[in-house]
Amino acid sequence: MNTVVAKLQRQFQDYLVSLYQQGFLDNQFTELRKLQDEGTPDFVAEVVSLFFDDCSKLINSMSRSLERPENVDFKQVDSGVHQLKGSSSSVGARRVKNVCISFKECCDVQNREGCLRCLQQVDYEYKMLKTKLQDLFNLEQQIVQAGGAIPQVNIN
Amino acid sequence: MVIAAEPQFHVLAVDDSLFDRKFIERLLQKASCHVTTVDSGYKALEFLGLREGVEINDPDAVSTSPVIHQEVEVNLIITDYCMPGMTGYDLLKKVKESSACKNIPVVIMSSENVPARISRCLEEGAEEFFLKPVRLADLNKLKPHMMKTKLKNQKLEEIETPSKDESGTAAAVVEPEVNNLTEIGIKILPLQSEVEPKQVHLQVVQKEEQTMSNNKRKSVEEGLSTDRSRPRFEGITTAV
Repeated sequence: MNTVVAKLQRQFQDYLVSLYQQGFLDNQFTELRKLQDEGTPDFVAEVVSLFFDDCSKLINSMSRSLERPENVDFKQVDSGVHQLKGSSSSVGARRVKNVCISFKECCDVQNREGCLRCLQQVDYEYKMLKTKLQDLFNLEQQIVQAGGAIPQVNIN
Repeated sequence: MVIAAEPQFHVLAVDDSLFDRKFIERLLQKASCHVTTVDSGYKALEFLGLREGVEINDPDAVSTSPVIHQEVEVNLIITDYCMPGMTGYDLLKKVKESSACKNIPVVIMSSENVPARISRCLEEGAEEFFLKPVRLADLNKLKPHMMKTKLKNQKLEEIETPSKDESGTAAAVVEPEVNNLTEIGIKILPLQSEVEPKQVHLQVVQKEEQTMSNNKRKSVEEGLSTDRSRPRFEGITTAV
């Protein structure tokens, strides 16, 4: 048994499990991984990348809408939060999704201050997740390069 | 190239979000479907050949858009509810109003659980309403719905071109079977115990079918492998 591969696989597994335990990811991420196979080895990385692009775009436009206190377009903000909540749900980005829930509540009562706080938080969370997943994908790459297979990780 | 024993379904997926399109496309591929994705209800109608007033040289028109109705066989339309311009509900209505397409099963997806919305869609003729994120298990419930149109189209084709078949069996299928499509559909259903009564609104009558069905099914499967005049989507995923 190739010990380098085994060590990397162990590292990968532990890291992934920790992401679930710390609440960064939920069950939906597991579902996403199941959709990936030999024919589509980049699927998860691709959709995750699309998700982060969405985050960046939506956060920018919502920020613009919230900019002037006397003229906040809450409809636009609501639409942005809705989209963000939807895609974070589909990806399994648990923390991001949870912020979106609070964000929506602030939006519903037209609380600009609350919205700004949530906006900041969602920005923080998605960037944090992006870094974590980048580390995860790097580990995956190392495993593959060392000739190993990505472990199937079961989260309970 | 291996010819699959199981018929291939072609699904038209409609969603304005690129992320969601990628996601549903992969999900459908994993469920062994051929997929075409479009980003709006308008493009969906174009693809189905339903949009009036669209010129052939319209730069916005879908490049694969057929000129003749039903040139492209679609076994299922799955659409997001919340889309700018034409909502999934609007699209559903347009499809059901069209004589050419009304038999194509339509499924609506939404990230919001709004009971009034759900019942409105189901009343308008949607087969299912899925809450996002959609799971593979949800899609597997769709096979019986898709099977209905698949078999119906196959039969219509055989009626239209009776001289084409090499094997004598295909032609024999035509006659009394036409009325019993629903029974054939039942036979290929997955375990009923897996179906959740709340979310499923099967329009198929549950009947116990004994001797006839096996023979019918066999001839149908043979019929499926004969030459077809319709274009096939052999492992192509098209995105517009």
